Amino acid sequence: MNPRLLPYILILPVTLFLCLFFLYPFVLVAQQAFSNGSGFTLTNFRDVTEHWKFPISLKNTFLLALAVVPIQLALSLLMATMVTKMKKGRDLILYIWTIPLGISDLAAGIIWLAIFEQSGFLNSMMGGLGLIDSPTNFLSYQSPVMVFVAIMLAEIWRATAIMLVILVAGIGLIPKEYYEAGEVFGATPWQRFLKITLPMLRPSLQTALVLRVILAFEVFAVVQALGGTLFPVLMGETYAYQFELLNGGAAAAIALIILAISITFTLIIMRALRVPKGATI
Amino acid sequence: MTAATTDVVDPGQDTRKAGRYVYITAVVLLCAWVLVPLYFLLINTLSSPEAVNSYPKSFIPEFDLGSLTFFAGFEGILTALKNSILVAALTMVMSILIGAPAGYALSRFEFRGKELFRLLILLTRAFPLPLLALPLAVMFIRTGIDDTVFGLALVHTTLAIPFAVLITFSLFSGIPIELEEAAWTLGCNRVTAFQKVILPLVLPGITASAIFAFVISWNEVFAAAVLTIENRTLTAFLLQNLDTSPLHLKFAGGFILVVPALIFIFAVRKYLFAMWGIANR
Amino acid sequence: MAVIEIKNVAKRFGDYQALHDINLTIEDQEFMVLLGASGCGKSTLLRIICGLETASEGEVWIGGKRVDHLQPKDRGIAMVFQNYAVFPHLTVFENIGFGLRMQKMGNDEVKRRVERTAGLMHIEQLLDRYSGELSGGQRQRVAVARALAMEPDVILMDEPLSNLDALLRMEMRAELKGVLAESNTTAIYVTHDQVEAMSMADRISVMHEGKIVQAASPIEVYRNPAAEFVAGFIGNPPMNFLEATSHGGGKFSVAGHSFDGPDAANSNLQFAIRPEDMTLSEDGFPAVAKVVEPLGAHLLVTCELDGKLFRAILDSEMQVKPGQTLKLAPMPDRIRWFDPSTTLAVA
Repeated sequence: MNPRLLPYILILPVTLFLCLFFLYPFVLVAQQAFSNGSGFTLTNFRDVTEHWKFPISLKNTFLLALAVVPIQLALSLLMATMVTKMKKGRDLILYIWTIPLGISDLAAGIIWLAIFEQSGFLNSMMGGLGLIDSPTNFLSYQSPVMVFVAIMLAEIWRATAIMLVILVAGIGLIPKEYYEAGEVFGATPWQRFLKITLPMLRPSLQTALVLRVILAFEVFAVVQALGGTLFPVLMGETYAYQFELLNGGAAAAIALIILAISITFTLIIMRALRVPKGATI
Repeated sequence: MTAATTDVVDPGQDTRKAGRYVYITAVVLLCAWVLVPLYFLLINTLSSPEAVNSYPKSFIPEFDLGSLTFFAGFEGILTALKNSILVAALTMVMSILIGAPAGYALSRFEFRGKELFRLLILLTRAFPLPLLALPLAVMFIRTGIDDTVFGLALVHTTLAIPFAVLITFSLFSGIPIELEEAAWTLGCNRVTAFQKVILPLVLPGITASAIFAFVISWNEVFAAAVLTIENRTLTAFLLQNLDTSPLHLKFAGGFILVVPALIFIFAVRKYLFAMWGIANR
Repeated sequence: MAVIEIKNVAKRFGDYQALHDINLTIEDQEFMVLLGASGCGKSTLLRIICGLETASEGEVWIGGKRVDHLQPKDRGIAMVFQNYAVFPHLTVFENIGFGLRMQKMGNDEVKRRVERTAGLMHIEQLLDRYSGELSGGQRQRVAVARALAMEPDVILMDEPLSNLDALLRMEMRAELKGVLAESNTTAIYVTHDQVEAMSMADRISVMHEGKIVQAASPIEVYRNPAAEFVAGFIGNPPMNFLEATSHGGGKFSVAGHSFDGPDAANSNLQFAIRPEDMTLSEDGFPAVAKVVEPLGAHLLVTCELDGKLFRAILDSEMQVKPGQTLKLAPMPDRIRWFDPSTTLAVA
């Protein structure tokens, strides 16, 4: 066998698979979104965007991403730097902190439901402390702010771990000598973090943010479990169009809108955190 | 140390000590942040349905298997559980069989189109993949694999493949090419060298990435909900019945979702960081 | 019997030409060292002989058989790698016996051979260990034993000692030379360390920019470098060079002194002399000492002469101070001449 062909033979299965189940469906989604059975049309997009729920779900999705991602970034950076300094028990702490990585968004939603539901642990705690007389229903249409907070907390709880893992791996790649050099030249720990860790972590920050932001726009099951229809988001609308309204074209149109938003943010993040050529570790 | 020097108090000592306490407190708080919600879920799972729906909640589980028994007896749930396991197992096998050769090719060969191929892999990670479920639903109906375990496993494999390729890529890259070359000079051809030298060395890592693929499938909600109707997976089943099912069913279901994930993350914890270290590049 | 013949071998990596038209014959049981700086193509040549790399052009013959289309396993060779490549999942015993097992050799024979080669390399007591429990030197011994156990016609070594510390390197150098001499194999040894090359080789091939500049015995390479590159590469410090202006009839003037050079040459040449090949004499070059380095056995003095650096190795008893002018007279029979247009030696 020709050894030049070997790598191509090895990548062939993945390539075929991805063409069939990744590229081809995308073409189909686009087709479905831009047609109404007889040819090219923007009707699906018009229908979807003119629906009264669309601006709300768009706003909710963005608000949630805006509230969640910066906190997660700060939290994961904090955790990552704390872990790198750790001597004893590092493995155990890391394991605990990465537990949510394995937990599905649906399970995370259910977990936080246990806390926020009317007979849940938050009410029980406040009742036990004598702060309230009777349990309040946090997750109702009367308290949209609490619904938002619950979803936000569940999202932060669930999805900080993935950023943590990427950042810890990234910090592990930074040679210790740079910190020692920084220390010799008189940089304080905070300065070392700002001038050494952050810039050198840029590729990891890029990956972590891209991944996280994309997932933030796909938020679905957590919202379903905690807010249901109280807090419409884009992905939930896609689901609703597909199943409750049986309108595949509209579902495809929202899917494409989510995709467009994801790509835009990916490009913005990649551009903002790009590493100059030759400046890699 | 002499008596004279013991009187001299290091002025930095107090602040350092205080910093240490702040640090430890923060670590403990962050661990609690992850663990306490899980504990609440555990309480609810190990309590009788009556206790789960009552107020105020006890903060210690009563070790009643009522909720779990109810869960096990709920119609369709065991089938859903079985489907979840089947889909995840299929996903695990397919993503490794298809992904690992590509990971090997990326780590060992320079070939034309390698960058393009890597881009394709990274693209899949940057796209909201569950959306693909929409057109695939149509495609599956045409090919007759709609609402089957195999069809869903195909979609989950698409989700898991970028990770499988990147993890196996990092695993194979971690094995010096000299080991393989040494085997060739000692009487092996490519296949036997792989069998005798590479495979024994990567097997633990391959297992880890297989487990990771299992977790990805196990946790996936959206595509599962879109693509299955009769043969629901556990996530899809729970999502479908969120509005109607009683609290104790939700919590027991959430618990069943969480447990394997916890075990699996524990099993792969060593590889999480190694894999992201390389994947960032 | 394994003569190795390399015929017109060339290697290109894309636009980069790593090897140009290499021709080399290595005699049976010869110890050949490929010596050169990193990037000169010596490892590429070794890997082509081994079969880990394919030549873009040319042929490789081992023991009268053309092998360049064969896989490494079918070439009758064994190789020792720079990073040892000791399999981490196997014990030392299984590492040494790996190749034998691949040949489906019986258990008793494997055991006999492994124990014999382990004895040769003094690692009998390590046979049950894994590579993670071994020191660098021990791993090196396992790697050599593993190659020897194959009883190959040819043993190839790619900088096998470069990862060891200096003392261990010296010890292993002597040991390796002894073991290989006894094993009656042809050996090709790649290194960038000229001391290693000088001390171990039957013959040295000095490589530079993908070409073999000179292939000769160590003493010949040292005494009669075939080209300026060899003169400037071999020896520590290497040869001194001075401009020689031709006056015709083999007469040259060098830094104000006149010398008899090659008769035939009528153009300007390079005059070369080793630092140790100079005596102190009143009619010598007047060189101003800049840096004086006492090296124990002798004294290395870096001087300035004719606007260039000029080094001399003197007796360690000499008292030399920076700024002092030394009169350095080259020994007439040690003077070498190079043609600057071809950079080759002129006799």
